[in-house]
Amino acid sequence: MLVTILFYAFSAVLVGAALGVILSRNPVHSVLYLVLCFFNAAVLWLLIEAEFLALVLVLVYVGAVMVLFLFVVMMLDINIEKLREGFARNAPLGVLIALIVIVELYYVLWVRHLGIDVTGGTAPLPENYSNTAQIGAVLYTEYVYPFQLAAVVLLIAIIAAIALTMRKRPGQKVQDIAHQVSVRAKDRVRIVKMPVERDP
Amino acid sequence: MITLTHYLMLAGILFAIAVAGIFLNRKNVILLLMCIELMLLAVNFNFVAFSRFRGLLDGQIFVFFILTVAAAEAAIGLAILVVLFRQRQSINVEELDEMKG
Amino acid sequence: MSMHQLCLLIVLAPLFAAVVTGLAGRYVGRAGSHWLCSGGVAISFAASGWILKQMVDGAPIFTETVYTWAVSDGIRMEVGFLIDNLSALMMTVVSFVSLVVHIYTIGYMRDDPGYQRFFAYISLFTFAMLMLVMSNNFLQLFFGWEAVGLVSYLLIGFWFKRPTAIFANLKAFIVNRIGDFGFIMGIAGIVYYTGSLNYLEVFARMPDTLGLDMFLTPGEPSKPITVICVSLFLGAMGKSAQMPLHVWLPDSMEGPTPISALIHAATMVTAGIFMVARMSPLFELSKDALHFMVVIGATTALFMGFLGVVNNDIKRVIAYSTLSQLGYMTVALGAGAYSAGIFHLMTHAFFKALLFLAAGSVIIAMHHEQDMRRMGGLRRYMPITYWTCLIGALALIGFPGFSGFFSKDIIIEAVMRSDIEGARFAYWCVLLGVFVTALYSFRLIFMTFHGRERMDEHTREHLHESPWVVTLPLIALAIPSVFIGWLTVGPIMFGNFLTGSISQGGHIPALMVGEEFHGPAEFIAQAFASRTLYFAFAGVFAAWYLYLKRPDLPEAISKRYARTYRLLVNKYYFDWFNENVVAVGIRSFGTGLWKHGDETAIDGVLVNGTARAIGVIAALVRRVQTGYLYHYAFAMIIGLSLLLGWMLLKS
Repeated sequence: MLVTILFYAFSAVLVGAALGVILSRNPVHSVLYLVLCFFNAAVLWLLIEAEFLALVLVLVYVGAVMVLFLFVVMMLDINIEKLREGFARNAPLGVLIALIVIVELYYVLWVRHLGIDVTGGTAPLPENYSNTAQIGAVLYTEYVYPFQLAAVVLLIAIIAAIALTMRKRPGQKVQDIAHQVSVRAKDRVRIVKMPVERDP
Repeated sequence: MITLTHYLMLAGILFAIAVAGIFLNRKNVILLLMCIELMLLAVNFNFVAFSRFRGLLDGQIFVFFILTVAAAEAAIGLAILVVLFRQRQSINVEELDEMKG
Repeated sequence: MSMHQLCLLIVLAPLFAAVVTGLAGRYVGRAGSHWLCSGGVAISFAASGWILKQMVDGAPIFTETVYTWAVSDGIRMEVGFLIDNLSALMMTVVSFVSLVVHIYTIGYMRDDPGYQRFFAYISLFTFAMLMLVMSNNFLQLFFGWEAVGLVSYLLIGFWFKRPTAIFANLKAFIVNRIGDFGFIMGIAGIVYYTGSLNYLEVFARMPDTLGLDMFLTPGEPSKPITVICVSLFLGAMGKSAQMPLHVWLPDSMEGPTPISALIHAATMVTAGIFMVARMSPLFELSKDALHFMVVIGATTALFMGFLGVVNNDIKRVIAYSTLSQLGYMTVALGAGAYSAGIFHLMTHAFFKALLFLAAGSVIIAMHHEQDMRRMGGLRRYMPITYWTCLIGALALIGFPGFSGFFSKDIIIEAVMRSDIEGARFAYWCVLLGVFVTALYSFRLIFMTFHGRERMDEHTREHLHESPWVVTLPLIALAIPSVFIGWLTVGPIMFGNFLTGSISQGGHIPALMVGEEFHGPAEFIAQAFASRTLYFAFAGVFAAWYLYLKRPDLPEAISKRYARTYRLLVNKYYFDWFNENVVAVGIRSFGTGLWKHGDETAIDGVLVNGTARAIGVIAALVRRVQTGYLYHYAFAMIIGLSLLLGWMLLKS
């Protein structure tokens, strides 16, 4: 019972926050609404006994990615007034499409179940079940290669981000080792033959 | 009680809102990226729900990876955004139409 | 030497001579070329004469396939020879006239730069004509048919730098082609209905098709045999210059005189007559085709004769005479008297070739002047030419005793007694034709050889008889013109010389005069009792009166009947019609197809149009690519929702 109430409450806030993301006038507000979305999502996942992921969501996603978003938003000098034009013109079509998608989903999920048993509840878990331990057990055995690859993906992200945004400051002197090593003697030294100067 | 359907519905609604957000947004590239994050969140919901209600852990593992990739993608996306801002001094989506046919 | 080898020799000797002279003329030289070609044709003549003698002595009919070219769908395409009395006769006539013309050419074309080329062409022609008459199947017949048409084209346009010659040779070829179209249709019909190209097989199978029906026009059936025979006769109309496909023959006089004699008097134009006679078993089965032939032949016979009366070019008068006589032959064939047609063909070959060569002799003497108004009184200067020409003219008008008399009279009798539709009309046409023939023939004689000398002084001084290479052929042709009728009328017409080859149809009651035939002398005596002779004498008298006694009269008559005169001079406006209606029509049709069909429709609409349409469509579709990411994403979502909706509604 409690679970149901909690579920509906947090879902409502989640949906409201999502709407706030897209309807906010201020981009900073949008980011903050998104943070709220993630928190609510984490709670909902806790309700479903996926603790590890809930916490990872908060720590990684909110803590890192959203903070990154905030940094960028604050860093860019954005002109706020210009951001709101043209909204009302396209609203009907967008809302219509969204409603169509929702109605179709409802139709799929509630009316025709496509052969999936969706009416059952969650299966009961054993006594000292630890979600984290279980995930760890599977992650480092069956999925160890994808795990390593995920690490590589993150590495690539780091390199890409740096490569894209790094710029040279003007006036800074830096050694170019490759250039220094590839120098040839005859580019630096020139031998000139001169006659011996005689004393008068 | 709360069934699989509820979670799936919720995920669907989130996804629809994110899509509407992409379409309605004309002015802000950051909003675009945030809507993408919302969509990924919706998908994560689906995975977690299925994983829990079916008793398999594979869904949650997948969410793990999705999270990773989403983070990487957000980072790179924002890097691109920064470079774009440096070039154009604006993050207006309507100005990004040079791939026009 | 076996028959097989003889046949090959006959055909290949002129071919070899033609090829060598044609390709290596410069090395062979002038003398070499005329010896080679004349030698080749002489060999052919000797062999043909030998075969004819064997046939007369009663040798069996020889038919053999020498080479099978292809077999397709059961139809055999072969090269083969059929030697029976008819083809032996034709071979001898063709090779004899060809030999005579070869010798004549040595004198006539002496100063011409294209000497070797000419000999190559006339030998080639001899080869083609021999292939035509000796063939035993339609394919070879058609090959020979086309080949003689081709060589005729080459020879008419021999002096190709003259625009009139080129006009004439194209005209001949094209008109011939029109006839050939019918001919091919006929052969196609034969192949379709009998499944074979071989004469003997076709003759055997054709009666089985009499019960079938063919629908050329929707709703009205025609008999296949009639359609086939009329189509074959269309080919003969083109080749043998019947109306309305006669227009090429007068123009073909642009070629040198030897070929007028060889091709357009004795051999090529008779190919059509020969073909009909050869196909007599087929023509016998279709009365409608015979009716058609009789009418066409009779019209040609009479109306072409009229044109001969008003023309002033010596060669053209003889050309119209040829047209008229071909009409006679056609009438004979149409009336069912095939033997009479062939008999007249043979006698005509001799005296017409003689007339042409004599005209050629006159032309040489007059330094290539051909207008009869500038001749006159030549008999004092060219006696041999005069006497041989007179013999030819007498044979032509049917003077009793000469060869033409026998053949013409028999034709007129046959037409009188025939029961084919249109025979009455034909009878009056050929009878009147006798008067007209006599009129123009003796007009020619009187204007050229008698009367006041109208040529200029310079030419008159140089008038002399032609060299022996010219006069010898004239004499060689004059002899048969006199005697051949007397000698052969019995066996050919009333004996069974041609029985095995030509069908003796039931259209002429019981070999008609056979019952009453008691020999050529009797025949001559009987002639005095018939109308024909008096018509001929009337014509000679009229010619004498108009051109010798009162030479001013023709002028007055032409002024009095100016409209008729103009009609005749314009050749019944056939040429005008062909040049201004037919040719212009076809050319504008072609231009229309080019401008509207090809340029506008195909190039403009189909080719360029599709390209332009693609461009237009592409310009429209391009608008979907806006460059905005959110448009693309939104399109994806729309697509997704539509797909989902369709899947949900479907099942």
